Amino acid sequence: MEWHNQLAQYLVTGVTTGAIYALAALGFTIIYNSTEIINLAQGEFVMLGGMIAASILPLLGVPLWMAVIIAIAAATVVGMIFERLAIRPVKNPSVLNLIIITIGGSILIKGVAMLIWGKDDRPLRAFTSTQPIHVFSTVITPQSIWIMAGTLLAVVLLHLFYEYSITGKALRACAYNRKAARLCGVSVERMVLFSFGLSAMLGAFAGVLVAPITFTSYDVGTMLGLKGFCAAILGGLGSNPGAVLGGLVIGTLESLGAGYLSSGYKDAIAFSIMLLVLYFKPAGILGKQMEKV
Amino acid sequence: MKRDWLIWLGAAILIFATPSFIKSPYFFTVLIFIAINGIVVLGLTLLMGFAGQVSLGHAGFFGLGAYFSAILTYHYHFDPWIAMVLALVATLFIASLLGIPTLRLHGHYLAMATLGLGVVLQIIFKEEVELTGGPSGMGGIPYLKAFGISFSNDYRFYFLSWAFMLLLLGLSINLVHSRIGRALRAISQNQVAAGTLGIPVSRLKLLIFALSAGYASLAGSLYAHYMTFVSPGPFGFMASVKMVAMVVIGGSTSLWGALLGTALLVSLPELLTKLQDYEMFVYGIIMILVMIFAPKGLAGMIGKVGSLARIRLKEPNAGTG
Amino acid sequence: MKKLVLLTVILIFSGIAFLSVATAKKITLKKPYKIGAVLDVTGGASGLGEPEKQTLMMLTDDLNAKGGINGHRIELLLEDNESNPDNSITKAKKLVGEKVIAVIGATQSGTTMPFLPVIAEAKIPLVSVAASWKIVTDPDTKKTRQWIFKTAQSDSLAVSKIYEYCNKNNISKVALITVSNGFGDSGRGELLRLAPDFKITVVADERFGEQDADMTAQLTKIKGKDAQAVICWCIQKGPAIVAKNFKDLGMTQKLIMSHGIANQNFLNLAGDAANGIVLPAGKLIVAEQLPDSDLQKQVLIAYKTEFESKYKGARVSTFGGHAYDAFTILTNALKKSGAEPEKMRAEIEKTNNFAGCSGIFNMSPTDHEGMTKDAFVMVQIKDGKWDLIK
Repeated sequence: MEWHNQLAQYLVTGVTTGAIYALAALGFTIIYNSTEIINLAQGEFVMLGGMIAASILPLLGVPLWMAVIIAIAAATVVGMIFERLAIRPVKNPSVLNLIIITIGGSILIKGVAMLIWGKDDRPLRAFTSTQPIHVFSTVITPQSIWIMAGTLLAVVLLHLFYEYSITGKALRACAYNRKAARLCGVSVERMVLFSFGLSAMLGAFAGVLVAPITFTSYDVGTMLGLKGFCAAILGGLGSNPGAVLGGLVIGTLESLGAGYLSSGYKDAIAFSIMLLVLYFKPAGILGKQMEKV
Repeated sequence: MKRDWLIWLGAAILIFATPSFIKSPYFFTVLIFIAINGIVVLGLTLLMGFAGQVSLGHAGFFGLGAYFSAILTYHYHFDPWIAMVLALVATLFIASLLGIPTLRLHGHYLAMATLGLGVVLQIIFKEEVELTGGPSGMGGIPYLKAFGISFSNDYRFYFLSWAFMLLLLGLSINLVHSRIGRALRAISQNQVAAGTLGIPVSRLKLLIFALSAGYASLAGSLYAHYMTFVSPGPFGFMASVKMVAMVVIGGSTSLWGALLGTALLVSLPELLTKLQDYEMFVYGIIMILVMIFAPKGLAGMIGKVGSLARIRLKEPNAGTG
Repeated sequence: MKKLVLLTVILIFSGIAFLSVATAKKITLKKPYKIGAVLDVTGGASGLGEPEKQTLMMLTDDLNAKGGINGHRIELLLEDNESNPDNSITKAKKLVGEKVIAVIGATQSGTTMPFLPVIAEAKIPLVSVAASWKIVTDPDTKKTRQWIFKTAQSDSLAVSKIYEYCNKNNISKVALITVSNGFGDSGRGELLRLAPDFKITVVADERFGEQDADMTAQLTKIKGKDAQAVICWCIQKGPAIVAKNFKDLGMTQKLIMSHGIANQNFLNLAGDAANGIVLPAGKLIVAEQLPDSDLQKQVLIAYKTEFESKYKGARVSTFGGHAYDAFTILTNALKKSGAEPEKMRAEIEKTNNFAGCSGIFNMSPTDHEGMTKDAFVMVQIKDGKWDLIK
């Protein structure tokens, strides 16, 4: 196989995976922006999206698009419940407290998922046919295209939301200065709740997009969430376009690394990148300069 | 300080008395695990509770100790004690090296950097098959021997592991009540202010980071010689999370909290054997509930109860205010 | 005061009732035979461990319903090692502490090897359901381990069967793609070791992680080499992902997989991508297609019928079959020897012409596995069904 064909193939895989990381990373960024909390349970929302869709489909016999919508809606609700029950009640949260709570939340959600759905892997039907498309000798599956298109759509909608809607502007206000936002009449508590919901929604969307390719099970969330976080750091924590960029970069580097270097050390790529960023440029590629880092 | 030493003495007596009450040999296994995990958690408490630095990757250092001991004794036929010391030195060195860039970070960034370190370490354990046996692990690790006895059964290892624990506990008590300990507490309250007081902040943070890694390394070596088998499984992200949970649930600002937290979380799966599927669920719930209702952990709760009792004993007529 | 009297009376009566029940039980029943089992019920090999657990429970109930062994009930103590080798050691120690007379398990070679010393020290027989020949034979001294037996066919047999198929179909160049865990490593080891014996050349040797969700990078590399067949060695969802990626990339080589995919779960996950895949498998999954003269056919069909009626919705898998064989061989020996470990061990060694689910067993002091490569048949997947290659 010509070297450029191989490269193209790796890039396709890389961008597809990268898109998923981007959505997960966006989830982190949204919550971080309005609350300065790093929600380590983010990966579980991705898992819930795919899992709920995969189990509802055969159970209720609804068409795929409906299962997807139900799954995303359900995950959004879970995200908001999580905020209400686990985040809100903590008085004077220290960084450590929040880390423990969000990790605890992640473990809890995983545990419940295992109880409800068992330990088996579940397939999810691809959105359209499974016939791969050939561009010269590079193969692209329709689901990959769904993933890339879906992510693009989500990013665009998110941007429009932040720019032009009242709630979006309120969220941005919270990110800049919470006190000032409150003084302007923004209910910070509601914004926090909203960000968790929005974040869960994005995560679940990623989950249903990727489940047809990778299957889903109660424990797929952890690694995905962590890598999404690496992407958020790379792009610059707090920057939405940074999150997307970070996701794409990490996905691509992972794929290229697996192809050209060592498939065994593939997972180490995302984390090594994160470490390098934290050591040398903690603000990431597009992040705002942090005063205290 | 005296209080701590009194508790230490009480613990020592309890430890030596316990075996006479144990019928099932499996109890020893659980207690040994409490000791081994407890040593890591002790170090972690010094780092997190007293110096205020988070680490989500300490299972990696635990693994370093275990694998160094395993490799040196199995592949290169070192004496287990010498291997343990070498493993300790190596881990201290690696932790110091990694600590320099890592400890410049704060809060979430520090947590995630340590997380990354831990994950990468575990991947190395899995991938370097020639040395480590890869995911299947490596067996045939020799037992520790001293004064002619081989620590080859649970009964003997119980005493060995708890002896280490008592030793390190004593060391930690000294450290906490020393000038360094006070300096560390100042750092955890407010790093900048501590710096202005003339405390060498970066150096001390590095010291305690490396020290806590050293504790983990010793525990790892003990683990390797107890199981006579190591695999990458117990050295990953989830294990690091469990260790942090033990610190936090026990009470991060108390050494005894470290022990309590470890004892609770290590015995939890044993108590739940019939309900094994619920283990994850229970773990998650406990972590969340403790953070919401008892942020100072179990030791904090006991402390509160203790101080409440003291007030009542002293002034029975107090109350209306 | 009245309440206190009432309470005391109730307590005394319950005490008497309790004591009488307890002592009554003691008089009529013989001491139960405690059999321990360490299985990978949760974790990476849960798809294999779960049917093993179900099979053991089913067979224990059956045996106890018939009165147990010579009047002794069987008490099954089942421990889950979460597919973790370290936990295997701990659980094995726990079982030994509870004074079991024999142990079955664990599910994978990687989770069995670590606790062999515990068993040897306890001097009780272990019947493993995992594949590696290293379980029953010490790889350094080549001597058979005294207390260890197994009922799963060695992966060396599986590999031999695959290479035999390759020879028959003029395949001489193969590419390997294996998972980095105990199962995959063992298979890869055998594939590399036995290739020269069958005049096979390995042109690619790719690996992937247990949790990896995409293997197109590795398959793309293989696509660029001149392999005639791709051999994938993995269990659970990995092989399904490999199958899908393989199909998506439009690869035309013959896709061969290990016996690890011989279960319904793989067919569910892989869907159409499974068509055409060839694998060596125990006869269980093609039981109905066997000629009536096959000695195992009856046993297989009986087991399959009972399992599928007891566990609605589940399908038999060859792994449950290994557990069936382990339990049956163990209890057959128990019938003759009584609960004495050394005698049990000797009895197990005398297992002769036992038609089990995994194969026909002929054990001896030097052969603690007892099967030949004919325990495997080559199977091709067609339209979501297993098709016996004659």
